[in-house]
Amino acid sequence: MNTLDKTTDEVLRLAAEHFKVQRDQLSPDDDFFKKLGINSLQALDLLTRIEQHFQIELPDYELQGVTDFRTLAQRIQTRL
Amino acid sequence: MLDLSQYNSLGEALRAALDRWPNEICLIEADRERENARLTYRQFKDQALPLASKLQNAGLQDGTRAAIVMTNQSKWLISAYAIFFCGGVLVPLDYKLTAVEQLQLLAHSQAKFLVIEYHLWRAITQSEQFKNLAARTVLVTEAPANADLNGAHRWEDFRAQAEPAFITRKRNDPACIVYSSGTGGRPKGCVLTHDNYLEQCVALTSLYPFWPGVRYLSILPTNHAIDFMVGFIGPFTCGATVVHLRTLRPEFIREAFTKYKITYMALVPMVLKNLERGLRQRFADLPAGKRKILNALIATNRALTRSRPHLKISRALLPQVHQAFGGQLRALFVGGAFTEPETLQFFYDLGIPVGNGYGCTEAGTVITVNDLKPFRGDTVGKPLPGMEVKIANPGAEGIGEVTVRSRTLMSHYLDDPEMTAETIVNGWLMTGDLGRLDPYGHLQLFGRKKNMIVTEEGKNVYPEDVETYFAGLPVKEFCVFAANYLWPARTMVGEQLLLVLRLETGQEITKELVTDISERNRRLLNYKRISGYLAWDRDFPLTASLKIKRAELAEQIRQNRKRSALVPL
Repeated sequence: MNTLDKTTDEVLRLAAEHFKVQRDQLSPDDDFFKKLGINSLQALDLLTRIEQHFQIELPDYELQGVTDFRTLAQRIQTRL
Repeated sequence: MLDLSQYNSLGEALRAALDRWPNEICLIEADRERENARLTYRQFKDQALPLASKLQNAGLQDGTRAAIVMTNQSKWLISAYAIFFCGGVLVPLDYKLTAVEQLQLLAHSQAKFLVIEYHLWRAITQSEQFKNLAARTVLVTEAPANADLNGAHRWEDFRAQAEPAFITRKRNDPACIVYSSGTGGRPKGCVLTHDNYLEQCVALTSLYPFWPGVRYLSILPTNHAIDFMVGFIGPFTCGATVVHLRTLRPEFIREAFTKYKITYMALVPMVLKNLERGLRQRFADLPAGKRKILNALIATNRALTRSRPHLKISRALLPQVHQAFGGQLRALFVGGAFTEPETLQFFYDLGIPVGNGYGCTEAGTVITVNDLKPFRGDTVGKPLPGMEVKIANPGAEGIGEVTVRSRTLMSHYLDDPEMTAETIVNGWLMTGDLGRLDPYGHLQLFGRKKNMIVTEEGKNVYPEDVETYFAGLPVKEFCVFAANYLWPARTMVGEQLLLVLRLETGQEITKELVTDISERNRRLLNYKRISGYLAWDRDFPLTASLKIKRAELAEQIRQNRKRSALVPL
């Protein structure tokens, strides 16, 4: 099973790929709305990619109130 | 459609609908590729009545307030009908609020019953404020088998077999209490009557009719006034079908259009723009030759639909575009926030009319909507039948505050006669929005008079609610404003909030203070955040009860600072 750090790292990599930015420009505590200049719908778009990667199902509500990669990784971690 | 003039309450009208179209499908609940539920009107009734019976056993009677906090799904509508059947007053709460905010509104509404999804209930029970929950009967949907429900009941098991007694209500009795704002500050609980809803429903369906076979795709939260009307009351009183989609992910929305052959869908500008972005990208990816042909077809469609929509022509000219939307789409409704004319025109030129509307909860949902005769992207349409719109104190260009009079106006704000009196003056609702009626009777909006913002997700954000998150900030005083309230701008897009800081004598804006502000800001939901701050060098004007005189402070700032003084966070 992944550690939280590994999950966070994988989320950052997926986000970088999905939103076409350099991986090293993103860090766990970044506010992804601000950093990537995205809205909540674009953030939801990333969830499908995350689901496929981790082979889990993440309901939309898991993203509710989440604004940084680390918290998102924590939500994923509880479902691994 | 039912003749709604024959009914006195939403419960009565819905009850008649369930008996009128027993074999039509009323609800489909989809989650990604799965279908969780598909119910006929008869099956809907069969699920709702045992729930109503048990609710009556538990003490739900006429006038009892019952809240629903759920995402879009079939149990939302089944529960709402059961509450109306028992004569209850529905309190639909926004499931996207935090648990603390939900608890505040539950306390304000004094709801005795609560229907809630398991994950939302879990968040509430983990909140420190949970002990203050006043609801005495809580029904939780979709709870795992071994979950500790903290005294709540499983919605799925909360059933009684005895025939429930239908409770009649009068037209002017409250049907719902809908919060238009006020989680942190002063709650604005709009008390809407059965008459408000039934009148609104007649007006809306006269322009955009539903009938058996129509399929409405519901993605806006059902607690939102628009979805409650066009995704529940409207289709149900016409025998149509509501398709709930339990995810807002763009790929599943696209799939739902084709899978369920959707007829109508209501959305907020953000979702519409996202659809536009996707389509524009697909068009841009076409080979040059095909793109040229497409542009010519779009131009032809535009010319042929100038005076009114011609769905058959548009579907024949642009079959691939229409097939991507399922081939049956008649119109999209957009509201909740301002939509740019270019976006509306883009869809209209493809033969997909967008009924752009304007409204507010206080007015009973919709005030104006585009009637497509002809389509206009530069306005929010004409007043609905029965809706009088007047511009108060118009300036030289005819722009003034939009005021509204109609049978659909809310009765009052719950427990706040003072705010009610400020908002409804001599029977006219003061919207706080600035607009102008053009010679054709279309309403154009030009900004706001009130101190608030609306995001493109259709969320109303009030500075007073945001301020609570900055309580205890180590400064002498602070206040949150909408930037366009301080410096009026003729726009309704890109609105921002800012924090005005009055420092202690000798205090300076340090890195620590900015970090403190940023951290508090991050605790707010993303659409509620402030965009920057402004240092102010005078004490705030205060009332005798030590509240900030916001209008006076705003005037002082307006006279002495420019928008450029705002420091972005």
